[in-house]
Amino acid sequence: MDDETRPGEAMPAPDRAGRDRASELTRMTAAELAAAIAGGQVSALEVTDAHLGRIDAADGQLHAFLHVAADSARAAARAVDERRAAGDVLGPLAGVPLALKDVFTTTDMPTTCASRILGRWRPPYDATVTRRLRQAGVVLLGKTNMDEFAMGSSTENSAFGPSRNPWDLARVPGGSSGGSSAAVAGFEAPLGIGTDTGGSIRQPAAVCGIVGVKPTYGGSSRYGVIAFASSLDTPGPLARTVLDAALLHEAISGHDPCDSTSVDAPVPPVVAAARQADVSGLRIGVVPELSGEGYQPGVLARFNEAVELLESLGAKIVEVSCPHFSYALPAYYLIAPSECSSNLARFDGMRYGLRAGDDGTHSAEEVMSLTRAAGFGPEVKRRIMLGTYALSSGYYDAYYGKAQQVRTLITRDFEAAFEQVDVLISPTTPTTAFPIGERADDPMAMYLADLCTIPSNLAGNAALSLPCGLAPEDGLPVGLQIMAPVLADDRVYRVAAAVEAALTQRRGGPLLDAIRGPAGLPAPVLPTTARASGHGGSSA
Amino acid sequence: MTDQATMNLVSFEDAVSRYDPLIGLETHVELGTLTKMFCGCPARFGGEPNSLVCPVCLGLPGSLPVTNRMAIEYTMKIGLALNCTIADTARFARKNYFYPDMPKDYQISQYDEPLCTDGWLDITVHDPAAGDEPRPFRVEIERVHLEEDTGKSMHVGSTGRIHGAEYSLVDYNRAGIPLVEIVTKPVAGTGALAPEVARTYVAELRDLLRALGVSDVRMEEGSLRCDVNTSLAPRGASAWGTRTETKNVNSLRSVARAVRSEIQRQAALLDAGQRVVQETRHFNEETGTTSPGRSKEEAQDYRYFPEPDLVPVAPSRDWVESVRAQLPELPGARRARLQREWGLSELDMAALRNAGALDLVAETIAAGATPADARKWWLSELLRTANKSGAELGDLPITPADVARVAQLVDSGVVNDRLAREVIEGVLAGEGTPDEVVTGRGLVVVSDDTALTAAVDEAIAAHPDVAEKIRSGKVAAAGALVGAVMKATGGKADASRVRELILGRLS
Ligand SMILES: [Zn+2]
Repeated sequence: MDDETRPGEAMPAPDRAGRDRASELTRMTAAELAAAIAGGQVSALEVTDAHLGRIDAADGQLHAFLHVAADSARAAARAVDERRAAGDVLGPLAGVPLALKDVFTTTDMPTTCASRILGRWRPPYDATVTRRLRQAGVVLLGKTNMDEFAMGSSTENSAFGPSRNPWDLARVPGGSSGGSSAAVAGFEAPLGIGTDTGGSIRQPAAVCGIVGVKPTYGGSSRYGVIAFASSLDTPGPLARTVLDAALLHEAISGHDPCDSTSVDAPVPPVVAAARQADVSGLRIGVVPELSGEGYQPGVLARFNEAVELLESLGAKIVEVSCPHFSYALPAYYLIAPSECSSNLARFDGMRYGLRAGDDGTHSAEEVMSLTRAAGFGPEVKRRIMLGTYALSSGYYDAYYGKAQQVRTLITRDFEAAFEQVDVLISPTTPTTAFPIGERADDPMAMYLADLCTIPSNLAGNAALSLPCGLAPEDGLPVGLQIMAPVLADDRVYRVAAAVEAALTQRRGGPLLDAIRGPAGLPAPVLPTTARASGHGGSSA
Repeated sequence: MTDQATMNLVSFEDAVSRYDPLIGLETHVELGTLTKMFCGCPARFGGEPNSLVCPVCLGLPGSLPVTNRMAIEYTMKIGLALNCTIADTARFARKNYFYPDMPKDYQISQYDEPLCTDGWLDITVHDPAAGDEPRPFRVEIERVHLEEDTGKSMHVGSTGRIHGAEYSLVDYNRAGIPLVEIVTKPVAGTGALAPEVARTYVAELRDLLRALGVSDVRMEEGSLRCDVNTSLAPRGASAWGTRTETKNVNSLRSVARAVRSEIQRQAALLDAGQRVVQETRHFNEETGTTSPGRSKEEAQDYRYFPEPDLVPVAPSRDWVESVRAQLPELPGARRARLQREWGLSELDMAALRNAGALDLVAETIAAGATPADARKWWLSELLRTANKSGAELGDLPITPADVARVAQLVDSGVVNDRLAREVIEGVLAGEGTPDEVVTGRGLVVVSDDTALTAAVDEAIAAHPDVAEKIRSGKVAAAGALVGAVMKATGGKADASRVRELILGRLS
């Protein structure tokens, strides 16, 4: 598939004119689909088939999915149709298809974390998020690509090859939840689930021109999320609209007794906030530490326009300094690798997944070592080594200990800021989507992609990325990041919905309509034959 | 590695006459909670391998631990019984190292913020060098912390250890069972009593844990495991010597032996001008000696850090006080009370404890026996039987109620002491209750005068010389005739009645 991809080429959106019903279904929002299904205008099965068809047509180029579960998706859709036929009241997302990041355990699909080390492991249990999605009648289309063990900002660290950005197939879709963001931006699914450890939902959402939310840490359960950095990992929604993101946010959130760090508090009223879409009287802080030198001019231009827009909508804009944010990146690159070095220890070939060197000539210790050498990719190894070093006796205080102190200072910065303002805003990423391969050999450049998103992971507060236009110099989407205090997730939705409404009106339609493919590339058409499950480049 | 064989052996008495031992003990106790430390699996011993497991205790990717509240409460109980301070905030930490029987390749434990700190346990040992004079010791407790147990490896091959094994099997049923570690501060000033202090401390701790009802504390099944630290310093030296840690010493007797053998080994090294290597050592039950394990130089860096999957444990003062209020009478206080009530000496009590008979005797008394009778039967007949078969007293197939009944049968003259021993033998052989054995074996004492008179007359006729002595006033000689009658009646005669009859005939 790579051979056919020329730089600059995009994945066109499904035909806008509604040339066929399937294309139209893939263009609808989750809220619209759920209403149509509940109202009987369309069956959940037809909606699922339309998206499977789109995956069939587009994923050869996008490579958003590692595994497509056509059969179980259709079965789930049929179950929703049957419930409707039986007169059941359907939930707000029943029958809506979703792309699930391959970091969540699923009993009926492989779970690889885009790593070779998990081999053909089938989890015997569903993640809490997986379970809640199924209970909500959401149709799981399959598992999406990601950076191996969620470590990266481009999906280039996937053991199964990178996903591609629908805006430009030669560019990255961001990461680590890049498969989910590519799937949603590429109309393969109206909804996606990702995890955000240092920006892994917001950054791919930003560079793919969609909405991505990192809920308050503990607001959504980590049970069944294969851990990267336990104190930072946060599952969250990806969608094409703020309302869709809010609906999904609500569906996966809430206390989980299986996760001790899960917050035992009511879910913030995010759906109501997304419908409120009003910022008049809100105090909004601009963080000077998250802009300026090193930021792409077009990113800053779009960000400044968003600030003006918010002001014109009645918000009060002030500058709020967060002096310790500049230490967030180094602190993150001590804390996250430290936790990952321990979290990933269990992949030793003894109980599940890959096992290398078990030929009767090696000791258990050697088999562990050989397995890890063969099973982990270079970025994962780099971080395990960094973390092992940072936790070592004699270095702990200088590295891990110091980083935790910085984390406290950043949390205090946020607390002080939120005494002055209701939300903080910044660009989501310093640049738009970068070309595949450009930063693959330069970890430091790659790490900079998460510069603006990391502070909220360290402090655990809610943050959202909303598309706020295209950078003039490259025509690629720019993300606006909105940050709110812990458990005030509703505020980011309220602000985002207001901006979204104003921008859509100004633009005359959704941002994703601006994706322009080269002439001649056909809009996807529903295939007449049922698709077999499994997908190229996946768990073979 | 220094070989013991190259060294002159040093007797224990010689070693402790020239060196001061310093000991310390780390005791691991598996808690008897219903469920495991961080999941809902039963915390049960045994079961088909890998049948009592779930994604959490198998450490499957994505699974998360949730702290067992009961385990926290049990640990607080132990801490309070050991006079510890209960922390306002305690934290779990990860201890990182690779081993196949550790599902996550790290153990959730506690490191710098344990739940309980700074307590003590008072013990008394008897000093044989001073006429078994009781010597009290206060063993100070550094910390009591909570962690999860690992799985169990079985290495199949010639060595029985992981190195050189053909293959290994791992059972994760034990993985995640709550494990409390109780660490003493170094215990100084024990001198020659070091092995006995170590043994008595573990025994006292075991009794305490049993009384608290937090563990079944069975050393042989590994629910109580001991690591013993030992070091020596020349008498009067100001600095302590290098210590060794002897791992997995799994019986009270072994605790004492391990300390003793380490003292002798280290004394020999120091005598030879060599240094003691700081290392982990294994105790060999058969030889009673220790052999080297991992040395400190190759010891692991466990890279402890706070467990990010768990929030800190912050027991409220109310919770702590309600646990304190529920503490039962502790063994030390109970022993003092029983000793008073039973009118026994310190040594008598020590004998009862050493035999593991204290509770059995208490129950026997509760079932109606006198303290003297209860003590007599358990420490003589039954202890002999137990020692012969290598069983614990409590494991003998006889209940305290049975023993009380036997004492009662003797008291009421149904059987004599000799027959009573036969009754006990019958009960142990599974022939039923004492009364059933008496009936079944026909053990009732013969006190019917017609039957006895005939036997008495036979005995007198058979021993005319003895009869003459008695007639001439030497009443003490009657014993020989009583013996003859008893022999003739198969021991079933009522001896005191026989004596009366003999004296009656010959007066
Ligand atoms: Zn379990």
